Amino acid sequence: MDDILLQILNGLDKGGAYALIALGLTIIFGTLGVVNFAHGALFMLGAFCAVAVKSLLGFEKVVLDPTKLTAWGTPVEIRTPYIEAWFGDFGTQMLNFSVPVSIIIAIPVMLLVGIIMERGLIRHFYKRPHAEQILVTFGLAIVLQEIVKSQFGANPIPQPAPEIAKGMVDFGAMIGLQAGGVVYPAWRLIYFLFSLLVIGAVFSFLQFTTFGMVVRAGMADRETVGLLGIDIDRRFTIVFGIAAVVAGLAGVMYTPILSPDYHMGMDFLVLSFVVVVVGGMGSLPGAVVAGFLLGIVQSFASMNEVKAIIPGIDQIIIYLIAVVILLVRPRGLMGRKGVMEQ
Amino acid sequence: MGRNTTPKQDWMLLIGFSVVLLAAPFLLTPVGAGYPDLLQKFAIFGIFALGFNILFGLTGYLSFGHAAFLGVGSYAAVWTFKLFSMNPILALIVATVIGGLFSVIIGFVSLRRSGIYFSILTLALAQMSYNMAYSVATPITNGETGLQLAQSDPRILDVAFGRDYGAVLPSSDLFGIHMNGYPGFYFCAVIFIACFFLSMRIFRSPFGMMLRAVKSNQNRMSYTGLNVRPYTLAAFVISGMYAGLAGGLMAVTDPLAGAERMQWTASGEVVLMTILGGAGTLLGPVIGAGVIKYFENIFSAFNEGVLTQLFDFLPAFLQHAMVSVSSLFVGEGWHLTLGALFMVIVIFLPGGLMEGFNRIRSLVARLLRRDTEEPEKPDPIERVPEPAE
Repeated sequence: MDDILLQILNGLDKGGAYALIALGLTIIFGTLGVVNFAHGALFMLGAFCAVAVKSLLGFEKVVLDPTKLTAWGTPVEIRTPYIEAWFGDFGTQMLNFSVPVSIIIAIPVMLLVGIIMERGLIRHFYKRPHAEQILVTFGLAIVLQEIVKSQFGANPIPQPAPEIAKGMVDFGAMIGLQAGGVVYPAWRLIYFLFSLLVIGAVFSFLQFTTFGMVVRAGMADRETVGLLGIDIDRRFTIVFGIAAVVAGLAGVMYTPILSPDYHMGMDFLVLSFVVVVVGGMGSLPGAVVAGFLLGIVQSFASMNEVKAIIPGIDQIIIYLIAVVILLVRPRGLMGRKGVMEQ
Repeated sequence: MGRNTTPKQDWMLLIGFSVVLLAAPFLLTPVGAGYPDLLQKFAIFGIFALGFNILFGLTGYLSFGHAAFLGVGSYAAVWTFKLFSMNPILALIVATVIGGLFSVIIGFVSLRRSGIYFSILTLALAQMSYNMAYSVATPITNGETGLQLAQSDPRILDVAFGRDYGAVLPSSDLFGIHMNGYPGFYFCAVIFIACFFLSMRIFRSPFGMMLRAVKSNQNRMSYTGLNVRPYTLAAFVISGMYAGLAGGLMAVTDPLAGAERMQWTASGEVVLMTILGGAGTLLGPVIGAGVIKYFENIFSAFNEGVLTQLFDFLPAFLQHAMVSVSSLFVGEGWHLTLGALFMVIVIFLPGGLMEGFNRIRSLVARLLRRDTEEPEKPDPIERVPEPAE
């Protein structure tokens, strides 16, 4: 029982990341009808927002202390981050909480990136064939990836979680099981809750605001909305920005779990596509459900007991599921007839 | 590429292509590409792109997983070397067949959907193969180390024919001719010409016409009572076999195989080659493959020292700026150039270089005509009376 619970938990944080990226992909696909191969790059950019914020906060003032000498006879360098020197304890806390703080920076940055991307590039590809949309976003993904690589290097850059969330949580005791049975890293739980929060926010935005209503109407029938005198293109630009923010936030919060490197986006992108296909292209709930489902399935497949029976299954299980789903239910779990058939 | 070329023109094209290819070592020496390693790459990736073009150029199905077949072909060829014989012909046959079989499986699954779904499926399946090469299939692929020849390999056929490689690591040879350097290139070139011929025959055949029909309007084709799937599957398998053959050739010229050949960036590269040259044209992919491999070679060799020399004529501050900007794009940053090139081509020239040539040609033709003669007065439109029913 405990093992099963632990594996489900294990799947939830990865599933959360899949769900967030797949959600953004589906939104873009549903509204603009464009397959965004650069969406993984947006996830990666979000993660590097966290890296950048961390290093900005961490600028250090170096003071030489002539009274103390090191073993080599040179004065000891005392390094204090400027932010600590200026703000004292508050600064220390800022440094400690650099990942959550990055969220505040990442939201406008990603929104801007998304809007520039849509205005500058994607917009001109609405009427082009799908193959060209795929290719141009693929090229963009490579460009973004290489720029990040040239700025931050090719090695993963670890990002610590805040001290308070570094420890383990006795999840079993929290839900009334035997204490010590299910112990789980706190940050991963936070990530799961965070992804639920973001997903909830996106859904309620689309469901309960006028803006969201117009966007949904535009997804269903773009022309009619245009005929009613609504500038649907401008709304869709903002929708693209929101999708970029969702992917970026997924990336920011994922940094303590997986040290970001320049090709993390590509790795997640392929899996997120599979998630979208399994969930059903164009279906937002499908993307979310399939994201968590595949995350959990993957974590079960990487249990040692399972791997003993079928070695290496954890590497391919997601793809196998996708193939089976496609053969049995070509529209995916929640895809509807007539939606994005071509 | 005109659609209605005569057989004679086709033969001329083939002969011209063969002559240029066979003379490539001499022709390309002035631009610094006249050495066998690079020429072999031209030929191998040319074959790969030719095959990819049969699928993408004719049917419009954009596969993002073709590198998987390349990798499988390499593995198959190296295994043939290990188990049977160092003769490249046998290895190539095995590589092509295995590449074909593999593409039957992947094609059967992914061709159930079209459009974006198809691209995503091929991408996912290729990525699955790549992951498998590192995990489940390590007994076959030797994981991260890559599959290599060993002195102790059985090589049944070689032993049966009494060939002994002694104490050195064997290299592939065609009845005594070693497959590296120029002999290797000419071996690749002959196969390349054969592949080009085959591709040309497919383009001109009724089968090729069917594939073009799939691209232009699949629905209409289904309505006329044709089942599209066998045609697309056939195109997929043919291009998979081309890729397998190309992978086999890679192993022939350098007998080792690694999983990184199957990564999806490699699939993206062949897409770029085809697009850059011009998808759906006969020569385009070949030119695209050549251009990309050539510039990869040049750009990767650049470094800051070379750049500083290059911009020596500029004032110091400009020189510094130019060097620091352009050094992003060369050496390690070659992929950045590749990505940017990708975008530029798709945005401005979706028909590829071939379209560019054609545009320039028609532009020049128009200019020339204007120079020589004043534009004639337009003829009064002749009204052909409708034939009475």
